[in-house]
Amino acid sequence: MTLPQKKRAIIALSDGTVEYGTAIGYDGTTGGELCFNTSMMGYQEIFTDPSYYGQLMMMTYPHIGNYGASSRDDESRKVMIAGLIVRSFSWEYSNPMADSNLNDYLIRNKIVGISGVDTRKLVRHIRTKGVMNAVISTTETDAELLVEKARDWVSMKGLELATKVTREEAQTVRNGGTFRVAAIDYGIKQNIINNLVKRGCNLRIFPAKTSFEEIMEWEPDGFFLSNGPGDPNATADYALETINQIKNTGKPVFGICLGHQLMALSEGFSVSKMFVGHRGANHPVKHIHKGLVEITTQNHGFAVDPDSVNNGQAEVTHTNLNDNTVEGLNFKQFNGFSVQYHPEASPGPHDSSYLFDEFISRIKEAKSTESVK
Amino acid sequence: MPRRDDIHKILIIGSGPIIIGQACEFDYSGSQSCRSLKEEGYEVVLINSNPATIMTDPMMADKVYLKPLTTESIKEIVEIEKPDAVLPTMGGQTGLNLARDLQHEGFWRKNNIQIIGVDIAAIDITEDRQQFRDLMEEIGIDQCKSRTANSLLDAKEIVLELGGLPVVIRPSFTMGGMGGGIVWTEEQMEKKVLRGLELSPIHEVLIEESIFGWKEFELELLRDDNENVVIICGIENMDPMGVHTGDSVTVAPTQTLSDKQYQALRDAAIKMMRSIGTFAGGCNVQFAYEPGSDRFVAIEINPRVSRSSALASKATGYPIAKVATKLAVGYTLDELKNQITGTTSACFEPSIDYVVVKVPRWNFDKFPGVDEELTTQMKAVGEVMSIGRNFPEALNKAWQSLEIGRAGLGADGYEEINRKDVRERLLKPYWDRSLQVRNAFKLGASVEEVADITKIDPWFLQQIRYMVSLENRTEGQALGSITRDEMYELKQAGFSDFQIAFLVSKSGEDVTEDDVRNHRKELGLLPSFKLVDTCAAEFPAETPYYYSAYEGETESDVSDRKKVMILGSGPNRIGQGIEFDYSCVHAVMATKEMGYEAIMVNCNPETVSTDFDIADKLYFEPVFWERVLDIFEHEKPEGVILQVGGQTALKLAKKFHEAGIKIFGTSFEMMDLAEDRGRFSALLKEINIPFPQYGTAFTAEDAFKIANRIKYPVLIRPSYVLGGQGMRIAVKEDELLRYVDSILKTHPENEFLIDKFLENAIEVDVDSTYDGDELHINGIMQHIEPAGVHSGDSTAVIPPYTLSDKVIDIIKDYQLRMAKAMNILGFLNVQYAVQGENVYVLEANPRATRTIPFLAKATGVPGSAVGTKVMLGAKLKEFDLESKLDCYAVKEPIFPFDKFPEVKKELGPEMKSTGETIYFMKDFNDEHFKKPFEFKNLYLSK
Repeated sequence: MTLPQKKRAIIALSDGTVEYGTAIGYDGTTGGELCFNTSMMGYQEIFTDPSYYGQLMMMTYPHIGNYGASSRDDESRKVMIAGLIVRSFSWEYSNPMADSNLNDYLIRNKIVGISGVDTRKLVRHIRTKGVMNAVISTTETDAELLVEKARDWVSMKGLELATKVTREEAQTVRNGGTFRVAAIDYGIKQNIINNLVKRGCNLRIFPAKTSFEEIMEWEPDGFFLSNGPGDPNATADYALETINQIKNTGKPVFGICLGHQLMALSEGFSVSKMFVGHRGANHPVKHIHKGLVEITTQNHGFAVDPDSVNNGQAEVTHTNLNDNTVEGLNFKQFNGFSVQYHPEASPGPHDSSYLFDEFISRIKEAKSTESVK
Repeated sequence: MPRRDDIHKILIIGSGPIIIGQACEFDYSGSQSCRSLKEEGYEVVLINSNPATIMTDPMMADKVYLKPLTTESIKEIVEIEKPDAVLPTMGGQTGLNLARDLQHEGFWRKNNIQIIGVDIAAIDITEDRQQFRDLMEEIGIDQCKSRTANSLLDAKEIVLELGGLPVVIRPSFTMGGMGGGIVWTEEQMEKKVLRGLELSPIHEVLIEESIFGWKEFELELLRDDNENVVIICGIENMDPMGVHTGDSVTVAPTQTLSDKQYQALRDAAIKMMRSIGTFAGGCNVQFAYEPGSDRFVAIEINPRVSRSSALASKATGYPIAKVATKLAVGYTLDELKNQITGTTSACFEPSIDYVVVKVPRWNFDKFPGVDEELTTQMKAVGEVMSIGRNFPEALNKAWQSLEIGRAGLGADGYEEINRKDVRERLLKPYWDRSLQVRNAFKLGASVEEVADITKIDPWFLQQIRYMVSLENRTEGQALGSITRDEMYELKQAGFSDFQIAFLVSKSGEDVTEDDVRNHRKELGLLPSFKLVDTCAAEFPAETPYYYSAYEGETESDVSDRKKVMILGSGPNRIGQGIEFDYSCVHAVMATKEMGYEAIMVNCNPETVSTDFDIADKLYFEPVFWERVLDIFEHEKPEGVILQVGGQTALKLAKKFHEAGIKIFGTSFEMMDLAEDRGRFSALLKEINIPFPQYGTAFTAEDAFKIANRIKYPVLIRPSYVLGGQGMRIAVKEDELLRYVDSILKTHPENEFLIDKFLENAIEVDVDSTYDGDELHINGIMQHIEPAGVHSGDSTAVIPPYTLSDKVIDIIKDYQLRMAKAMNILGFLNVQYAVQGENVYVLEANPRATRTIPFLAKATGVPGSAVGTKVMLGAKLKEFDLESKLDCYAVKEPIFPFDKFPEVKKELGPEMKSTGETIYFMKDFNDEHFKKPFEFKNLYLSK
C-alpha cells in the first residue's frame, strides 16, 4: 500500500490564528463560524443537520470517517456545514452497509475540509476567546490573506439563515393516522419527521415563510416549529406573525431549538448569543418536575435569557445541569411547550423521545375536548 | 436525594488475593469506595485478605479486618461491628458471591443489614443462564438463536434453520458445560451432538447459533435511585467474539459503529440494567454485533464494578467506583459534580478526544506446556493502557508499555518473518496477534485477507497497515533525509525513537535511539502533554491527568515547586504485581509529605497509583525510556525514585545514571553491584559474609566447568531478572545443559549465574531500611518451604518460628554490615539460606520488595512510606517503628494452576504465584500453618 498523496490546507481564524494540515474533501476555500461538536459518533448526521448551515464544523473526536458514508445517516437532502476540521481523517473505512468513503462523500457534496490539525488546541482557543469566524483553504497558500478573509466573513449575529435551508415547497408525509400536524421547516431534521410520523402523525411540512392562512388550509390538529440555523432574532422578523396566529388557534404547539427560541421571542422573552454554544451529544438536562435527567443532543449558539422569562407566561421545565441555561419551556397562555435541545437525537441518546409522545397526547387531548364541544 | 442518614456503618467486602481474572482493579475500586464513604462521614469496616492492597491501609477504613474471605469471617466481623449496611460490589465476583451466599442464608436480614449498591436478585438473574435468557426474551433483547434437539436428525434440521455451520452445542444439564463447544464441520457436529445426547441426563442438546467472529462491545453504566442512567464509556474489542474480554485488545471509544448502531446498544443496555432490579450503582453490559448488519445480541450483564469499569475510569477520567459508591448511599447523579472539571455535573456521558488502547499481558513463559491459544477463559495476568491522539499512536505506546522488550508494534529488530508462519499464527488467536497482523502486512498481505482469517474489523487492520506503510517509507532512508513532516507523521503514529533508529539503520548507517532523539529535537519535534478531562476540552478542567502526543499545544504547565518523579511498575505480571503499586502509592504520598510535588508515571489502568487524585501530577504513559525522559525534560524534577516500581523502574536506572539525572536513595553503582554477582560476592568477601559458591558463565562450556567445581545440585539463572524468570535447579549435567540452552535462547544478551544450591536450607527473607546511621529491620520472614522454592511462592512466617537467637543475631549483624558497605539509603532486602547455625547470603535487593506491604500490614509500620522518606533525607528516628504484631503473621501464595489444567503443579526457583493473602495466627496448631508445613517439600521441582 502506498501512502496517500497529501495536499496542504490551511485554517485561518479571524483573530489571526493559523494552523496547517492536509486537505480533505473538495478543493477550494470556504468560511463560516468555527464551532465544535463533541459527539464521538454520528458525524454524517451532524454534517447534514440544517442547523449547522454555514458553520465550519470541528469534530473533537480525532478519527472521523471510520464507517464511511451512508444515505441512511443523512438528516437532510444535502451537507449543511460549510467546512470540516478533523484531527485524523479516515481515508479508508469499514462498513459493508456504507455507500462510499467519507472523502468521496465530501467531494460529492463540495465540502472543503482540513485534517491533521490540533483540534483540541483550537477548541480550547475558542472556548476561552469565544466563537469566531474562520476560513479553510486548500488552494490559497497566503495565510495573511485567509485571516483577512476570515475577518471579513459575515457574522452569524443578525444572520437569517432558515430561508436558505427550508423546503421550497410544502411536502406531505402521510402515515394514515388520525391526526394532522403542520410542521414549519426552518431547517427540520429528518429524524424529527420520522419521530412524528412513527407516532401516527400525518405530517405536512411547510416552507419557513408560509402564511398562516395557507397552513390552516390543511386543517392541522397541532403545530410543530422546527430547529434551524442562524440568529433567531433575524428569523423572528418574519416568523413571529405566523407563530402568534398559530398560538391563537388553541391547538398544541411544539418547538425544538430554533422553534423553541421563536416561541420564546413571540412571548417577548429575549434570546441572545452564547459565548460558546452547546454542541454535542452528552449534555445533561434536568426535567424539573420529574427530577429526572436526560442525556441530550445539543446544537445551539443562542439561548433564551432566563431573566427574561416571565413566570406568568411560561414556566422553565428543563435546565442544563452544567450551566443552568434554559432548556425547556411550558407556555401558560397558549397550548405550547418547547425545548432547546434535540429530542430527535440523531446523533445522540434517545432519552428525550418522550417529548414527541407528550406532543401527541396533547393533540389527542385537544381533539377530544374539541369533539366534546 | 442527599446521602442516607439511616445508615452509619458500612461493611465493604474486598476481592482477596490477585488471581487471573481478578486483579488490582478491585483495590482501585475498593480504595475509591472507602475514601468516598469516609468523605461522607460514614464509618467504614473492611474485610480483605490481601495485604498488598491500599484499601487495607489503616487510613482507608475505620476498621480493617485482614481475614480470609469466607462467610465465617464476615459473620464474626458482623458480630463485633454490627454494621447497618454492606457494599459488596467493590470486591469483584468474590465479594458478590459472599454477599449472595449470606443473603440466601437469610443472614443479612436476620442482622438487619441492608445490601447497598446491588440487588441480590439481580446477581441471581445474571448468574443463571436460563433466567437471563428468559428475561432478555421478555424485554425484547435479541440473543443467539437456538433450539433444543433430542436426536441427531433434529440437530441437523436446526443447523439448517440457523443458517449452517459453525454452531455451538450445549448439552442440557451437564456439569460446568461439559461436552459443549463450537463445531465447524459436519463430522465434528455429529460427534458432538451424539456425545452430548449421551452426556445429558435428559438426552437433550441445545444447538445455538455461533457468534464466533462477531464484533464485541462493552458498555459501562451508572444508575442512581431516581432511575437516571448514564453510559460512561463504550469499549470495542479489537479481538472479535471467541476471545475473553480480559484477553482481548480493547479500544475506547467504539470505532466502527455508526451512531444509529451505537445508540441501539445504549438503549438495550439501559433496558437490560433496568430489567434486573432497582439498585443504584455500576453495571457492565456486553454485546456482539453481526458484522455488516444491524443485528446484535446481548452476551451478559454484570451488576458491579469490574476490570472494564476500572479501564473505563482511566480511559475517560470519570471515577466510576467513587460515583457508584455515592449513588449506593443515596445520592443521585445530578447532585454530584464532575470531579475532573470541578464545575459541571457528574450526570453526563464523557466525551473523549483521544483513543485508548488496552493490551493484556500474559505470562505463558512461566508455565511450560501451557495451551497458549486465547479462548473464552481468561489467561492474562495483567494489562496496559495507553492514550494517543490516534489509534496507531495508542497501539504503539501500548506495546512500549508491555515491557516485553519491545519498542512498539514491531519495527524494532526482533522478527524474521515468513508468510507460512505468520499465516499459521494468525489462524488462531494468540497473545501476539496484533504483531502478527503487522507482520502479515509487512509481507504484503491485504486487509481483506487478514480480515478473512482473523475476523478483526477492517478499520483496525487499515490502521495497522498504515503503520506498516510508514515503516516501509522510513526503512532504508538516511536519518538526515527524513523531513520534518515525515518525522512528525512517524511520531504522531507513536513510533519510538528506537523503532525509527532500527528502520533507518537498514540503510547501512548505524543509527541509535539517541541519534534519532537528537535529530527530531533539531527538527523541533517534542511531545505535547494533553489533559484527560472527560469533556473533549468543552469545559476547563483542573485535574492534573496527562498523556503525551505530538501536537501543537502543551497543557501541562510546569510549577515552580521542587519535584520528584516516581516511576510505576507497569503491567501486573507474575513476580511483579500489586505489591509494587502499593509501594508506589506510598512513595507518592510520602514524597508529597516531604514537601515535594510528586509526579507519577505509569501505564497500568488497574492500579491505585494511576488514580487521578493520588499524585500531584499523573502522566499515563509507558514506563519506557524515551517517554519517561520526555516527561523528565518537560517537568525538570530534582530527581527520580526508581526503587518502588519493581524491575520496571529499576532497569531504567542505568540510563538515568548515564544521562546524569539524580536517582534518590541508594546510588546507581550499588544497585548495579547488587545485580552483578561477581562484584557483589567480592563485596561480601571483603566484609566477611558467607555466600554459596558460584560462577558466572557466558557459554554452556563455562557452566559445565563451574558446576563440576562447585558440585551439583546447582541453581542456574540469567542476571537482571525478577521473579526468578528462567531460574532452574539442575541436579545433573544433562539438565544443566538443557537449561543453559534455553537461557541462551531467551536471554541471549545476558550472562548467567551458576550457584551452589544449598539443600534442605531454611530460607529467610529480611526487609530493612537504612538511613546512613541506623538500620531498621522491617521484618524477618522465615519460609516454610525449603530454599529452592522462589520466595514469592513460599509461605512466609513472621516472626521466625525455628531460628535460634544466635542465627537471628547473625542475620541482623549481616544486614547492618551490608547496608553500611553498600551505602544504602532507603530499602534493603536480603535473602538468606540457613543451614544449621550457618547463614549464607543468597541475594540483596536495594529496593522496595514484594514483601514490604505484607510486613506493613503485619507490623503496622508503613515501611514503603518510611523508606521513601529516608531516601528523600528523613531520619529513622523521626518515625514510630515499633511493631504492633502480637502473634504470627503468615503470607500464603495463591497459584493460577486451576486456570492452566494442562500444566503440572510444581514449584521451584521460578515464581508462579499471582497473589497472596495474609493470615494472623496465635500458634502453630492452625491449618494455615499445618497444611503448608506438611506439604512443604511436595511441589519442589528440581
